[in-house]
Amino acid sequence: MDTKQIENIGGATLDAVTSIGRMTLFFISGVAWIFVRPFQVDKICDHTWFIGAKSLFVIVLTGLFTGMVLGLQGYYTLVTFGSEAALGAAVSLSIIRELGPVLSAIMITARAGSAIAAEIGVMRISEQIDALETMQINPIRFLFSPRIVAALISFPLLTAIFDVVGIFGGYLTGSLMMGINQSVYMDKVVESVRLIDIFGGFLKSFVFAIVVTTICCYRGYYTHLSTTQGYGAKGVSMATTNSVVQSCVYILIVDYIITYFLV
Amino acid sequence: MTLPLIQFVDIQKSFGSNQVLKGVNLSIYQGDILAVIGKSGTGKSVLLKHIIGLVSQDSGELLIRGIPLHSMPPKDKLRFKKELSYMFQENALFDFLTVFDNIALPLAENCLYPKATIEERVNLRMHQLGLGPIGEKFPFQLSGGMRKRVALARALVTDPQVVLFDEPTTGLDPIRKKKVHTMIEEYQRQFGFTAVIVSHDIPEIFDLAQQVAMLDEGKIVFQGTKDDILHTHSNIVNAFIQGEE
Repeated sequence: MDTKQIENIGGATLDAVTSIGRMTLFFISGVAWIFVRPFQVDKICDHTWFIGAKSLFVIVLTGLFTGMVLGLQGYYTLVTFGSEAALGAAVSLSIIRELGPVLSAIMITARAGSAIAAEIGVMRISEQIDALETMQINPIRFLFSPRIVAALISFPLLTAIFDVVGIFGGYLTGSLMMGINQSVYMDKVVESVRLIDIFGGFLKSFVFAIVVTTICCYRGYYTHLSTTQGYGAKGVSMATTNSVVQSCVYILIVDYIITYFLV
Repeated sequence: MTLPLIQFVDIQKSFGSNQVLKGVNLSIYQGDILAVIGKSGTGKSVLLKHIIGLVSQDSGELLIRGIPLHSMPPKDKLRFKKELSYMFQENALFDFLTVFDNIALPLAENCLYPKATIEERVNLRMHQLGLGPIGEKFPFQLSGGMRKRVALARALVTDPQVVLFDEPTTGLDPIRKKKVHTMIEEYQRQFGFTAVIVSHDIPEIFDLAQQVAMLDEGKIVFQGTKDDILHTHSNIVNAFIQGEE
């Protein structure tokens, strides 16, 4: 290994550590500003509308088809063991524990997270964030804090909707198409789901809300600091792509960590 | 001798390997309009951004009423920054806010006044700038000139003590350009604020400014009055004013 390679590794490590430190400070600052008066109720409502209400359709669609696929796959797997009656339990537990929070978070990242990163990135390159500073308005308070609260409201609600629609999707394929007794399906759902499963799913959605919002806002906010992305349309497009990819990867990593402690 | 309100003392600033300011010395006096002229890309906007704190110098001192800005107590620093206002070259208006909300933003976000007073002040500024009934429109629905005036209204709505204008007339037709100059002049006379204007409007800007400074190769090569600049023997200044290489 020559000096140049060691230099590159050292440089990359320093960049990574700096970035983690900056993101942590960004997050702490954003959370702290939530509690500073006056509370930004109007902005929180606007962002909840954007992150939550506007993602409803895609969440319902994704939830429905995820449940339907699970119903089909589950039926054909369980029927070979003669335990197709357990389909309701299989579908509901898979969705409530794992697929609901994870897929909801990924879909919200794709729909709202990318838009957040792009919007803040454009604000950075068009000097709108500088303008906030010149007006003595804290940009992190203005841009990031209301979005965290909005995400904390939206993610669990959308996850809950995904769960319900997904279980209904499983019912459509399992009971209506494949002929499993409807009462058996529903009984198994009610019987198998415990409060800890629901709690675990919501805990995940809360954590995903923080992860996704922090990464997407951070990437947009610091678009200008990337030396490789350029400072313009290219920089914003790369920041947007990176925010989505990074958010999805972190969702899966965090999901594993939470699951490890919950099971 | 009067103490300058803002004074640059040997300010140097680099971005990577590109040294933009190479030892700037400049004095800005209370109540004056100072025009900063110079070729494009010589660091005029960077110089303005030092005053408002968007950029920090690598070396040198920025003195505010004789006190180095970096050694000011945070409270005084904040008080000084609240006296400032900045009008960006590309306006930096918020696309997601209406014209009214854009202008009201610095007042509303800093909770300076009750809602009714904010409304009154914003409407007054809009009226003074001839903005008409466009309060409910969004910036992207306006012409370039209109957007410029909205940015100007936002810069003036807080009644600042020091206003920094970064090419306030770029993209305006001669009539609007004249109107903006007249307006700055009138407001400056009315409110007595200090103005620093980065401009390429030569020679019109000389009629507006009490002081003119020229930035070239990262240094202030000239500072004086309109008469001084028109009678200077500096080749660099004369060539620039006459549009020669």
